[in-house]
Amino acid sequence: MAADALSRVFSALADPTRRDMVARLAVGDATVNELAAPYDVSLQAVSKHLRVLEDAGLVSRSRDAQRRPVHLEAQVFDLMTKWIERYRREAEQRYRRLDDVLAAMPDDVTPTRGQESPS
Amino acid sequence: MTSTSARETQIVADPDVPLVRITREFDAPREKVFRAHTDPELVVQWQGPNGMEARVDHYDCRTGGSYRYVHVQDGQEYGFHGCFHEVRSPELIVQTFTFEGFPDGVALERLVLEELPGGRTRLTATSLVDSFEGRDAFLASGMDTGVREGYQRLDALLAG
Repeated sequence: MAADALSRVFSALADPTRRDMVARLAVGDATVNELAAPYDVSLQAVSKHLRVLEDAGLVSRSRDAQRRPVHLEAQVFDLMTKWIERYRREAEQRYRRLDDVLAAMPDDVTPTRGQESPS
Repeated sequence: MTSTSARETQIVADPDVPLVRITREFDAPREKVFRAHTDPELVVQWQGPNGMEARVDHYDCRTGGSYRYVHVQDGQEYGFHGCFHEVRSPELIVQTFTFEGFPDGVALERLVLEELPGGRTRLTATSLVDSFEGRDAFLASGMDTGVREGYQRLDALLAG
């Protein structure tokens, strides 16, 4: 995914209303009216939010259908999950190194502060 | 996540606040795990990304102390610094964390160590930042260059 496309995903998800919309679309497709219902904002404002999500590739709207339901592009959304998994693996690698450090430490260790250890 | 054992690192990105929570268990008593977080000679042996050389500038891990370290990769240096807000042996470290490439950003980090039966320890590390963009950038910080560049562009976008 191109860097600027990624930036758009992040900008789009930075807004709490848009994150909420994405969460609701994860359950199933919805029309603009249905999406607007829980918010105390105009349809116009909701459409604007949707346009941001659409530009980021997070949602799509079918062109032909009368209702034009909004559909979540799960593939793009999954990217967030992948990042979290990648981050988790990096943390796990770090902690495996800590496992080795702990195994090599003497048993009678006292939790001295770093400042007090000679270096 | 079904393939990971309970012992492996667990990560939760909180949906309501820009926070990441990491939990991990260790086959070592709490005192040792605490020491491995406070002694700079031990810290450099495990912290930091894979394949990067770490150099500690200073690491004064006590309440009111501060730290700075540098990761070196391909001749490029990446500096990090922060303050130790509360250090309570052998259970708690609260500190700030700033990547010097983005000096206006700061994370508030809390490390809690709990004793488990059999001389084992559960580590819970939370990192709280001031925006979801910041949190998500933090999550993606380990990604490949293309993604990092994506964030740099996003940073520029948000700053402009």
